[in-house]
Amino acid sequence: MFRKSLFVAQLCLTLLVCLFLIVPMLLSVLAGLTENYFVGLSSGLTFRWVIQVWQDYGDTIFRSIWIALACLAVNLLLGVPAAYALRRSNNRWARAFEELLVLPIAVPGLATALALIAAYGGWSELRTSWLFILIGHVLFTLPFMVRSVLAVLGSIDLETLEEGAASLGARFVQRFFHVVLPNCREGTLTGALMVLTLSMGEFNMTWLLHTPFTKTLPVGLADAYASLRLEIGSAYTLLFFLMIVPLLLAMQFLARPRGKSRNAATGKPGSQSIIKEPVTP
Amino acid sequence: MIGMLVPAAAFFAAFFILPMFRLFLVGGSGASGWGAYMAIVTNHSYFTSLLATFGVALITTLASLLIGSIVGVFLQRHRFPGRGALVALITLPMAFPGVVVGFMVIMLGGRQGLISQLSMALGGGRVVFAYSLVGLFLGYLYFSLPRTILTVMAATEKLDPKLEEAARSLGAGPWHIVRDVILPGLKPALISAGAICFATAIGAFGTAFTLATRINVLPMVIYTEFTLSANIAMAAALSFVLGALTWAVLALARSAAGNTVVAAA
Repeated sequence: MFRKSLFVAQLCLTLLVCLFLIVPMLLSVLAGLTENYFVGLSSGLTFRWVIQVWQDYGDTIFRSIWIALACLAVNLLLGVPAAYALRRSNNRWARAFEELLVLPIAVPGLATALALIAAYGGWSELRTSWLFILIGHVLFTLPFMVRSVLAVLGSIDLETLEEGAASLGARFVQRFFHVVLPNCREGTLTGALMVLTLSMGEFNMTWLLHTPFTKTLPVGLADAYASLRLEIGSAYTLLFFLMIVPLLLAMQFLARPRGKSRNAATGKPGSQSIIKEPVTP
Repeated sequence: MIGMLVPAAAFFAAFFILPMFRLFLVGGSGASGWGAYMAIVTNHSYFTSLLATFGVALITTLASLLIGSIVGVFLQRHRFPGRGALVALITLPMAFPGVVVGFMVIMLGGRQGLISQLSMALGGGRVVFAYSLVGLFLGYLYFSLPRTILTVMAATEKLDPKLEEAARSLGAGPWHIVRDVILPGLKPALISAGAICFATAIGAFGTAFTLATRINVLPMVIYTEFTLSANIAMAAALSFVLGALTWAVLALARSAAGNTVVAAA
């Protein structure tokens, strides 16, 4: 009897939490498609608000996509080689660098942005360029890329593979492109999805780094929430959801434990958590 | 081979280490000099907002650990149709930016929010809680719960059910099992999730920014000092202190949980 009521209590709490997390998303999607949210659904459904957001804020959406892709490119160029170097060099300096690299996640975005402004704010070509935002985004996303590549590299016997290739006469460049990179494909893909999602949603830094000509999607969202009617803010949020939810679902799909995956073989549970580092809201 | 680290290291040095060093110097260059770094404890209003920030962060952490572990264990231990989809759906919020989290709270507790509409329909008058510390707390909870639930689920998967069976066969009641078997098993995961909760809550800016500028948490104070008062030195000093505090919380938890926070994640 007691265990039964304990079960019911747990079930109720779980349902309540699910409602708390899901209902606002649904409400916001609904509000973005409703003619007049205050009147309710009886006022009719419409794409009017979505179209208006597209016209007024379309540029922020494209800028965010562009910055996210650029951020991904820089991450691939800097992050993947760095992860490889960290994996192969097991000395104190490599460990220290790995620790340092996570700092931009641990330190609030506001502080990082102020630091960038303090150091480079006087250089007006950079300050007013989208590159200034890109720098912030790369700082913030690099640890995710490095760690997700490292996680894959850590689970394979890279030394043996490389020795094998070297004994067959493969030079370093050949080994890197034909042995190392194909082996960390999965980690790179997870890292890439994470980089895109985080860059597209980054607000804390971007709010200080942006100029009126370099507004990104979350900056536009903050504008819309503060000054426009609820339906427009909701329609804007709906567009944002349409952009990041597919990325998140793809990430969850990749993180799913699979029967014959490497993780299962090594006895490590395929971790369910997609973003394991703190991301400051 | 170590050469492959050079591009990333150079980028990091130029755009993080150097700027942070500059920030530190700027922090000491204001009217109050290096005393700016003490202002967070000596200045009454800063100290009050420090306490408010820590208070909200602490309550958020405790609430999401309590709720998250009950829900996480429940979701891991029970199989039902649509479970995978449900878990996927409730983990979406942890990738939302703070502004969107704030807006979700407005959808619930704002002037046109669900609760306000329900309470009006029931004739109870308008109930609005989004634009206050309560709203901020719910926003942080909205963001932290998914992560805590996921962390607890992953840790529960590794718990050995035989231990619980053994305890039960020895006559332990449900509370006894929770206290002496389940909680000790989840402890590292809870410390790690709690630290991340706390650290994100003290540094969060977007949520507070969306909900109200009147909420006096530290990130909002820094932002106000920087923009409205143009007191850049004080903003620099405060954000340097905030960054150091956040880092310290994570580092402390990491040593307590045996390297599962941030670095080993």
